[in-house]
Amino acid sequence: MGEITYSTAAFRQEHEGEWQQFEALCNRLEGWAFRRISDEELLALPRLYRATLSSLSIARATSLDAALIDYLEGLATRGYFLIYGVRESRRARLAAFFRNDWPAAVKGLWRESLIVFAVLALGIALSWWLVASDANWYHALMPEGMVQGRGPDASAAELRRTIFGTAPEDRDGLHFFATFLFTNNASVAINAFALGFAFGVPTLLLIFYQGLSTGPMLYVFAQAGLLTDFVGWLSIHGTTEIFAIIIAGAAGLRIGTGFAFPGAQSRMVAAAQAGRESGAAMIGVLLMLALAGLLEGFARQLVQQTALRYAIGGTLLLFWCSYFYLPRRRVGAA
Amino acid sequence: MTSAGAAYARRRDAMVRQVVTPEGVDLRLEIGSAGARLAALLIDFFLQSLVILGFVIIFGFAGLNSDGAARDVAGVGIMLGIFLLTNFWFIGFELGPRAATPGKRLLGLRVVARDGGQLSVASVVARNFVRQLEILLPAQFIMNGMGDALGAATALLGLVWTLGLGCFLLFNKDRMRLGDLIAGTWVVQAKRRRIAREINENVLEEPADGPVFTNAELAVYGVFELQELERVIRTGDLPRKILVADTIRAKLGRPLAEDDMLFLVSFYRQLKAKQERDLLFGKRRADKNSELQ
Repeated sequence: MGEITYSTAAFRQEHEGEWQQFEALCNRLEGWAFRRISDEELLALPRLYRATLSSLSIARATSLDAALIDYLEGLATRGYFLIYGVRESRRARLAAFFRNDWPAAVKGLWRESLIVFAVLALGIALSWWLVASDANWYHALMPEGMVQGRGPDASAAELRRTIFGTAPEDRDGLHFFATFLFTNNASVAINAFALGFAFGVPTLLLIFYQGLSTGPMLYVFAQAGLLTDFVGWLSIHGTTEIFAIIIAGAAGLRIGTGFAFPGAQSRMVAAAQAGRESGAAMIGVLLMLALAGLLEGFARQLVQQTALRYAIGGTLLLFWCSYFYLPRRRVGAA
Repeated sequence: MTSAGAAYARRRDAMVRQVVTPEGVDLRLEIGSAGARLAALLIDFFLQSLVILGFVIIFGFAGLNSDGAARDVAGVGIMLGIFLLTNFWFIGFELGPRAATPGKRLLGLRVVARDGGQLSVASVVARNFVRQLEILLPAQFIMNGMGDALGAATALLGLVWTLGLGCFLLFNKDRMRLGDLIAGTWVVQAKRRRIAREINENVLEEPADGPVFTNAELAVYGVFELQELERVIRTGDLPRKILVADTIRAKLGRPLAEDDMLFLVSFYRQLKAKQERDLLFGKRRADKNSELQ
């Protein structure tokens, strides 16, 4: 019983060339060399991919060479993800994101957004009321870093100085300040999103806390008769920034509720869907915060009239609301 | 009683997930192990800190040697660079064609969508922002909490939190992090094997002086033993090969008559030829303890 009547060596000799051609092509496609792929190679890609898949099927059925099957499995998997992994160009995906995915994701979060907005408003109202009843609450509620001479003991003139006019030497640091604000706010937004995991409770607490530290400030400025000016000072970037934080909180809340109340779907499917929808919203949140950082760092110091500040902030609010919530024709729909 | 071979195969199969391509072939993706995931994460953190260090050195140097606007730009560069790097390192790499960070690449892992479809940007963003909750937030707790007793308690809480959330992947059979759970992704092994030489492929006929085995002798072992033998021949060291050769000789009742390597390769080739021939007739024997069926 010595002679070999059938050997997978023959099968392998027959097809090895195709596999290696496909492997070389995969290496190049994975190596950021899209542009240097010629038309013939692009046409050969699906043919080589199918040849590899068919070799894998044959090898699994007839060969006992574990190393060979491993190699073919690895190669077929790489080919599969190269061919089916990305179905659109980056530009098309980017366009689809701005045209459809982002506003649709935010619109889908409207219920959560309202809840988060209500919690924020509650935090502001509660802290206002507390400070109004006893001024000592001010220092308990406000983080030290945020006071910056805007305490309850400050005079109206001092308060006015914090929102109007900047010393010329401050202007040099504006880029730095804008960047700091952006990275700081972005971290808060990402935390609000990630904390949604515990059924949304920590997210709401974080949002509530943000509200708590806003109310006392409003109260102090209102006492000095500067409420309109202060809100104008806030609104120039605040409409964008607060909107973004609310959306981040809403996205976190969506994850939490996706877990807690999966509805008709299985918990896993519901969570995955919640993650995908809120993930798209979160990309948008970061873009909004970058814009808010620029506005806060530059425009707020450069624009000094309250009316103009309101105009800028209001226009942006109007823009975001219409971009997110106005009904639109779905792209691709008839 | 189940054999060791069957148990081994079952353990391996437990980590294999079915992903059927549109062409109808099951890719049999294998879930990446928890150890590989941890190692990949540590490598990524290490590389990240190297890049950040380089960043700080370059911009810090530029900032110190200048003043005014240039210094400002350097500060912005450092801050923005660190922010983008810590938040988008994972996202950026996982959106690439290999769907893996450098750490994952080194460990042979990649991220795939659980349904086998397209890995969307939103999924990748979601799975990586959750990392904030799993690692960075507790780390902040620990760093803020150093010092007094209350701080130590917070630090302990942070540690328990990290361990609890970080170990989530140990408690599900798909090795999903919390981030994988909400993003609808898996981390699987991305095999990148070079094609292995066929054992003794240059010798198309039997070696002239190699031992020849009878059908009865070749019927002793099954597929599992064949593939273990393949592994030993390909990757085993010499003492192991000698041990295996002696074990097979004892099992077959053959005297020590030829070179161990020659014995192993001849036996492997004849065993494989016999089993592949059986396979063509639809007969397969899983391991030495089971029947030919």
